Amino acid sequence: MTKKLSATKRPEAAPGYNARQSPINARLGHDELIALYRDMVRIRRFEERCLRAYQQGKIGGFLHLYIGQESIAVGCVSVSGKNDHIITAYRDHGHAIALGMGFNELMAENYGKITGCVKGKGGSMHYFDPARRMWGGHGIVGGQIPLGTGIAYALKYRGIKGACMAFMGDGAVNQGAVHESYNLAALWDLPVVFVIENNGYSMGTSQERSSAGPDLAQRAEGYGMNWDIAHNGHDVFEVRDKFAAALKLAHEQSKPTLLEVRTYRYRGHSVADPDTTYRDKAEIEEYKKTKDPIMVLERTLTAEGVLNEDLIKQIDEAARAESETSAQFADASPFPTVEDIKKDVYWEADNPADRKSVGSLFFD
Amino acid sequence: MPVITYREAVRHALAEEMERDINVVLMGEEVGQFHGAYKVSEGLLAKFGPKRVIDTPISEAGFIGLGIGASMLGIRPVMELMFFSFYSVAFDQIFNNAANMRYMSGGLINVPIVIRGPANGGTNVGATHSHTPESIAAYHPGIKVVVPSTPADAKGLLKSAIRDNDPVLFMENTMLYGESGEVPEGDVLIPLGSAKVIREGTGLSIIGHGRAIQMAVKAAALLKEKHNVDAEVVDLRSIRPLDEETVLKSVRKTNRVLLVEEAKPFCSVSAMLACIIQEKAFDHLDAPIKRLTSIDAPAIYSPPLEKVQLPNVDRIYAAALEVLK
Repeated sequence: MTKKLSATKRPEAAPGYNARQSPINARLGHDELIALYRDMVRIRRFEERCLRAYQQGKIGGFLHLYIGQESIAVGCVSVSGKNDHIITAYRDHGHAIALGMGFNELMAENYGKITGCVKGKGGSMHYFDPARRMWGGHGIVGGQIPLGTGIAYALKYRGIKGACMAFMGDGAVNQGAVHESYNLAALWDLPVVFVIENNGYSMGTSQERSSAGPDLAQRAEGYGMNWDIAHNGHDVFEVRDKFAAALKLAHEQSKPTLLEVRTYRYRGHSVADPDTTYRDKAEIEEYKKTKDPIMVLERTLTAEGVLNEDLIKQIDEAARAESETSAQFADASPFPTVEDIKKDVYWEADNPADRKSVGSLFFD
Repeated sequence: MPVITYREAVRHALAEEMERDINVVLMGEEVGQFHGAYKVSEGLLAKFGPKRVIDTPISEAGFIGLGIGASMLGIRPVMELMFFSFYSVAFDQIFNNAANMRYMSGGLINVPIVIRGPANGGTNVGATHSHTPESIAAYHPGIKVVVPSTPADAKGLLKSAIRDNDPVLFMENTMLYGESGEVPEGDVLIPLGSAKVIREGTGLSIIGHGRAIQMAVKAAALLKEKHNVDAEVVDLRSIRPLDEETVLKSVRKTNRVLLVEEAKPFCSVSAMLACIIQEKAFDHLDAPIKRLTSIDAPAIYSPPLEKVQLPNVDRIYAAALEVLK
């Protein structure tokens, strides 16, 4: 019996809803609109350059590309404020770039160089930049969700009007720790926005084969928590609208939201995934033709006269150049030394002048 | 000097550190309204209010992960495990997140948490509630592990643990909560990583931690009375960081070693110590290093058998005689 690989059904958005016209989007000026477009293009070109580097053997381990999902990272960051923090899983390049991390330090991190954003200690899955509100980059599926709930707890404890957007994929929603986090957030009124970037597949297992019950976000009802679905996650305007509403609830009432964003990834789960066992190529092509987030925004902004061919070309070339430069920077950068291996393990070992403990911390 | 119980010592440390630093919060199951399953946190909710003393649902992975996340922004949560055995429900959060966050972030983040609770057998609560996981915890670089056996050590070390910017697992003992001892008043801190010679001697070094090392003191009294042997007893107090120097100094003095602990034998703290001692004090040993651990099986329920399974004064005494042969 042959397995039928079918496209995941995607319910259409509520009729009559026009995200482009909602207040938070209608008021955007040309520069802001171009910035949205530019950041999505930058993410795409960076990811493509990462793919080449990985195929050349310059990047080790795993590489989980954000290609196809750019509208989410760019959209949510564009409506977030200085006290809104982000934590996500290992498909973290888009969030990092949207938050302003530089290509050089990100590519160098991929290459395992000392000039990487975390000094080569973490790699592609572990981009961190607390000063830019980026709290990783995490490898264990769902393991970051209690952490994000804790970030929200800390903000509330300090009386700060902010939120933590805690991202996960559709594969993470069945981890126990995720349910525990939903309960804690709803029970204690924590300003966390749980975000499910639902691209239809865990690694190769589709949502239908993983998750019982109705829509993933609807599980929030079991916890008395607010929830919503961005059916058109490829539309950066809808993403902005939905995130703005969730952030408002978090800021003003310190209440959590479970926000599911429907999206799609063009490449495999990671670059190591041959992507031949669980979906039709036709499904990927269909999405690219009709819902590519960059193409969709490009068409809208071109029709509005905000973008033109020259500007599009300029933005594209600049993004390619920026990506290429980062690969050269990464190539030219040194690796950490053997002595670096035992740095950043204990705060006390890294701050000997302030160390209060005595005795052996290491045993090799 | 005031004489207080181990339980009171822990409570005083918590209260003093919470007074001192607004970022310190206590969270766990039944710590607030119930006054603590073992009454350690009695009165703290009334004193500090529900924002500082937080009753959590039964959700170890959730609330410990939450505490770790909050600590990344500078909150200093003290998270109580009702039984330290429940740590395994939060294993991923503790040993993948708390232990690794500083490292994976290249030093940008640190996790100033304390996870505390009773880690012990001896109360007939069976195999799942009787774990002493100090070696499992100490295996992980990035984690610190403390096992105080006296009230004074509990208070001084808990204050240090709370002020420590690294994650500290602080393992108490329900059977020690009622024990009394002299505890200096005021802001007295004991540094992590310092062992203590609690009985001086020359004939044998008995080295260990937790309730078992307090039993060793009684076994040492028997050795003196019956065989005129003066055993030196060393309480490690801290597993990671580890006071190798005090251990080795004692070994060089006595030349015979008995290691005691409540944990099971495979790769527990005494196994690590034996490795260190043979590596760094080999020429000082007149006999192979001996270990006295729990009998190697899950914790039995049957009360009289549990007493035999765990280290007890008789078994420690008998093991000491073996080393002295």
